[in-house]
Amino acid sequence: MASGASAWDLAAFFPCWAGERRMDALPSLLAGFAVALQPINLMWALVGTVLGTAIGILPGIGPALTIALLLPVTAQVAPESALIMFAGILYGAMYGGSTTSILINTPGESGSMMTALEGNQMARRGRGAAALATAAIGSFVAGTIGTVGLTFLAPTIAELAFVFGPEDYFALMVLAFTSVSVVMGTSRLRGFIALFIGLALGVVGIDGQTAQARMVFGSPELFDGIQITIVLVSLFAIGETIYVASRYQAEAPSINPLAGGIHMTAEDWRRSWKPWLRGTAIGFPIGALPAGGAEIPTFLSYTLERRLAEKPEEFGHGAIEGVAGPEAANNAAAAGVLVPLLTLGLPTSSTAAILLAAFQNYGLQPGPMLFINNAQLVWGLIASLYVGNVMLLVLNLPLVGLWVRLLLIPRPYLYAGIMVFSLVGIWGLATSWMDLLLMFVIGLAGYVMRVYDFPVAPVLIGLILGPMAETQLRRALSIGQGDPVTLVSTPISATLLAVSLVVLILPALMRLLGPKVSAA
Amino acid sequence: MKRFVAVLCAMAFVTFPWSLPAKADTARIMVPASAGGGWDGTARQTILALQQSGLFMGGTQFTNKGGAGGTIGLAEFIRTGKRDDNALMFMGAIMVSSIITSKSPVSLDGTTPLARLTNEYDAVAVPTSSEIRTPADLVEALRKSPGALAVGGGSLGGVDHVALALIAREAGVAAGKLNYIPFPGGGDVVTAVAGGKVKAAISGASELKPLADAGRVRIIAVTGPERLKGIDAPTLKEAGIDVVIGNWRGVVGSPGMSEAAHAAWLERFDKLAAGEVWKQTLERQGWEDAYLSGDAFVAFLTAEKSRWKAILKDVGLAY
Repeated sequence: MASGASAWDLAAFFPCWAGERRMDALPSLLAGFAVALQPINLMWALVGTVLGTAIGILPGIGPALTIALLLPVTAQVAPESALIMFAGILYGAMYGGSTTSILINTPGESGSMMTALEGNQMARRGRGAAALATAAIGSFVAGTIGTVGLTFLAPTIAELAFVFGPEDYFALMVLAFTSVSVVMGTSRLRGFIALFIGLALGVVGIDGQTAQARMVFGSPELFDGIQITIVLVSLFAIGETIYVASRYQAEAPSINPLAGGIHMTAEDWRRSWKPWLRGTAIGFPIGALPAGGAEIPTFLSYTLERRLAEKPEEFGHGAIEGVAGPEAANNAAAAGVLVPLLTLGLPTSSTAAILLAAFQNYGLQPGPMLFINNAQLVWGLIASLYVGNVMLLVLNLPLVGLWVRLLLIPRPYLYAGIMVFSLVGIWGLATSWMDLLLMFVIGLAGYVMRVYDFPVAPVLIGLILGPMAETQLRRALSIGQGDPVTLVSTPISATLLAVSLVVLILPALMRLLGPKVSAA
Repeated sequence: MKRFVAVLCAMAFVTFPWSLPAKADTARIMVPASAGGGWDGTARQTILALQQSGLFMGGTQFTNKGGAGGTIGLAEFIRTGKRDDNALMFMGAIMVSSIITSKSPVSLDGTTPLARLTNEYDAVAVPTSSEIRTPADLVEALRKSPGALAVGGGSLGGVDHVALALIAREAGVAAGKLNYIPFPGGGDVVTAVAGGKVKAAISGASELKPLADAGRVRIIAVTGPERLKGIDAPTLKEAGIDVVIGNWRGVVGSPGMSEAAHAAWLERFDKLAAGEVWKQTLERQGWEDAYLSGDAFVAFLTAEKSRWKAILKDVGLAY
């Protein structure tokens, strides 16, 4: 089955094409469990969740970087097993990221930024264990519900690929560009500057349509473009390392003691369950939107919980709702993110982008064909998400104390290690000096961005989706014989472009309409 | 002490994945097209056949890098595969012609030619709902308004593009007037034509056949000298359009591959081509055997370059 998405394998799966368009999810899922529950795959799921949790805990190493660094290592493993492990990392890191947010106010992932706000306040008041617990259980609840959503929604959405034309894809990417630039970071200007840096990096190399070299400055080393992995490792690992090193003398980290046992009180439960469900309801659909991601839903969930709270005055001083909601939203979005990735081949977060690279590494092109050509793999992956969720809960509730110990690694060791792994990883990609040079230049840029509060995600989104958007734009205009009206000629494209416009002007609009809107 | 142990455990934990030994004899395969197309299938099926025949037992790592007639993948292959004895790239007629059309900054010159493997013919397909039912209808539509008929296919200047240019010449339409939409791989072409995003598509017959069988596209012609098994469509020749055009695919080794490795790979492919497993693979995939290796392949490549230059000039796709 590992032979990849060759179009001729289609022959074996005709019935689901010719006859009913919608595939039956339940039998497929059962078959998926048969794959996921094989001992070897269970082992990889365990490795993934443990590793994911660990790296989620370590500041600066997100799931995207980990999967990127692991990609070459998994060359020997069957695609099913490798992707199952990566899914474990994705979920694990989503959970693990909350641990550092709560304990030392250092989110390992942008999705856990909101958790840090209330979670760390709770920890400062000795309620860290309850915060970790509500995060763990909330993640489990949301992850499970999200996976159910993925199970039943994905095959339907897969059909969309035949409906989506180039103009629709282009509009979708414009929406991704605007929403990510507006929402991330401290100002829209910074967001868009970061986005355009990404777009600029994306045009380097031989153009996919006309085969002309662009922005390579005569260097054959740049003909194949700037590799996403390099930018990712540079911005996250190198930039973060330099930043931490530059601030190390000034602010030594401190860990808060765990006080008051590791259990949630009855009141904690009462106050947590609604935010879990609301967070899930927000997280999954937004995550599933091709322009979604995990940041927007956590932000929305936090704002919502703050509005609905019985004791809004507790917010800012350790309100448990402010942990429960965003954490659930975060994990539900992680499940949602897999929907456009698996069905449309569209990555909406940096982690998803690396997962996409992982798929492509095995020659698997996510998209509608994946569900037909590699049904066993996709459903095995989805089934393993259920397994991984249970593993995470079992793993994390008793191990809260141990995770805290990971933070005891002195920072100089930790970051020196990160530097070494990054260098080895990048050198291993192509044994090219140009790559190392790029890595340091972009790493320095990452440091500058970090210092001046520029968000990193728009750079990655620009780099990854930019070339795709360009191709789709040129394709759409070419089919429409150069008529710009083509770009809004379908209901989908018109709607998506309108939404992008709203996203762009909404914050200004909200400021005008009501002064009560909190900046959270 | 406790702290030291904790640190040690944590470091071991974090370093674990990197400390796994990487197998030395892994073959790194560059597929210069997106997944699910002709080169992709050729690469995967060939390597699979090598493994099934016991001729190559090492691991494999595939990289798909599509676009620009495979020249982006070629650029990456030249850059990353240099002097790597286990780096291979699959390529073919489309790459040879795309390099000419686009005046590509990279070329095949530095690579180590190994073998030509297969030959395949194109099919011309339209969405099931299309008015176009015969090659004559297509010629008529081209004549009426070439710009309005967006036709999808592989890279600019590739076999698919040339096939369309040759058909258009029958209609008296210049190649420059065509509205040809290039896609980075056969899988993308078939999705676009099945969804009606392009009015017609020219792509490898094996790429279009599954969707035709599933009733999502209609194949109206094939570009071979005779009809293809399992496809209910006439040849262009039968329909009065004097066009026969095929698409060979082959494999090259890394630039600067050592003599020993070169000989070893040639021996592997020679043995493969003579064996039963390869025969079955060709049969299953509907590919024509076009095996040619070593010096004969080198000579063929040189001849192909001038042949495509002439064809491309002739149809107006290169100057």
